[in-house]
Amino acid sequence: MAGAHSLGIDRIACDGYGMCAELLPELVDLDEWGYPIMGSAPLTGKALGHARRAVAACPALALRLDRPPGPAPDRRSAPRS
Amino acid sequence: MTDATTTPTDLTALTALQTGDGRDGMLGPYGSRLLHGWYDTGRAAGLDEHLRRYGPPPFPRTAAAADRLVRAVDDAGLTGRGGAAFPTGRKLRTVAGGRGTAVVVANGMESEPASRKDETLLDLAPHLVLDGITLAAAAVGADVAHLCLPRTRQNQAQALREAVEERRRVGLAPVPVQVHELPHHYVSSEETSLVRWLNGGDARPLATPPRPFEKGVGRRPTLIDNVETLAHLALIARYGPHWFRGAGRPDAAGTTLVTLSGALRTPGVYEVEMGLPLGQLLDIAGGPAEPLGSVLLGGFFGSWLPAEQAVRVPFAKQDLAALGAGPGAGVIVALPARTCGLAETARVLGHLAAQSARQCGPCRLGLPAVAADFADLAWGRVTPEAVRRLEDRAALLAGRGACRHPDGASRFATTALRVFADDVRHHLRLGPCASAGDEPVLPVSDSPAPDDQEWR
Repeated sequence: MAGAHSLGIDRIACDGYGMCAELLPELVDLDEWGYPIMGSAPLTGKALGHARRAVAACPALALRLDRPPGPAPDRRSAPRS
Repeated sequence: MTDATTTPTDLTALTALQTGDGRDGMLGPYGSRLLHGWYDTGRAAGLDEHLRRYGPPPFPRTAAAADRLVRAVDDAGLTGRGGAAFPTGRKLRTVAGGRGTAVVVANGMESEPASRKDETLLDLAPHLVLDGITLAAAAVGADVAHLCLPRTRQNQAQALREAVEERRRVGLAPVPVQVHELPHHYVSSEETSLVRWLNGGDARPLATPPRPFEKGVGRRPTLIDNVETLAHLALIARYGPHWFRGAGRPDAAGTTLVTLSGALRTPGVYEVEMGLPLGQLLDIAGGPAEPLGSVLLGGFFGSWLPAEQAVRVPFAKQDLAALGAGPGAGVIVALPARTCGLAETARVLGHLAAQSARQCGPCRLGLPAVAADFADLAWGRVTPEAVRRLEDRAALLAGRGACRHPDGASRFATTALRVFADDVRHHLRLGPCASAGDEPVLPVSDSPAPDDQEWR
């Protein structure tokens, strides 16, 4: 869906506090060590509001809201030598 | 591993291309391009010999000429030879159009333990790579270029510094090229690791965005290409896209360097046409030395395939993708049928776990757990529940790191469980098989995990 935000995460900054799973149980699951498992589904309406709160609550400042992709290639198709 | 010191023996497989068709330098024996000099003379090519064979590199002097070069690379259908097979022309265009003066980084790190092709190319045809670096720099408007090599190859780095200096003396250096020696760890060859190191940090992957093509070295748009990719670019600049497409298929153009190893009669580095069936590539290396059970494609970042399926598949991104594999950096290892694939896989996973940058949770905790589970499966006693847990843990690694290290480990473990399913059943019922303790086929160094001081 064009124009919608999605959840992003800095995997290096993430320390596995698990606040995201607590605040967004419908979007974030945790692995057995407490690190998040999440999809990249577009967020709209109520979910977007909840996501904003979770981003603000992340103690490691690892969780973020990604804006709709611009003209640059997305992560999967990004060049990698 | 014998590198390119073995000469292909199966001439019929290699003469599909015309050899030496009048324009000197365009094609060498066996249709070789990058390894033309090697097949001609059996030794490394110095600058004089290089210029005699290929002529001087046609540096674009105007913006229009630079644009024509980018278009030629586009039209040639050249894709990256470092692993991801991304279209090189598109990458050039993106960096050229970025904000600020661009930087070029040539990746010669080659951290795949079963790969030798970049080291071989840099030894045998250093000036082809240096041509490619300076031509790419001109194409994207860069004012500096960096050649990144592992610290373990000091002689090669020294030889390349001398080659750079020699080119500067004869006026073949429109852009300065700096040769660097970086720590040699598995994830240090990842492109964000190069950027981070060149910016004064550790040779460890960075979180993205921004990607290096947006903000890389010095926060400038940065073109990072494998050294072989750049050598192909140097020939496309001379002979054009039509010539480049004279080998390979429309959707998999040109030739590529492969490192063929394992149970083959003449293992080594070879230059082959893209799109040939994998079985034909194995024949170029003398064919199987004994009955094969499976083939590892893409090295430790790659996929296992059953031998009978592997030999039929064309070596091209599209065909390999249908089997969940990819050309990777051209690493192909033939595993004998008598070998325990589970033991081979367990050793590699142990290495990958030790070699991670230990920055992200999934690599710090998930990957060592997968490696330990796999070691139990190979050499200990396991229950069906433990195997199911291993499958789940391995699948869960993918897509959850700053770089693709966990993705590679996940693919390696998951395809092993599928291809060696019979061995899994056997180990479940009876414990480790007799060959689980055999000498390894895959080269796994027993160097300890790098500590935090060893990344700079």
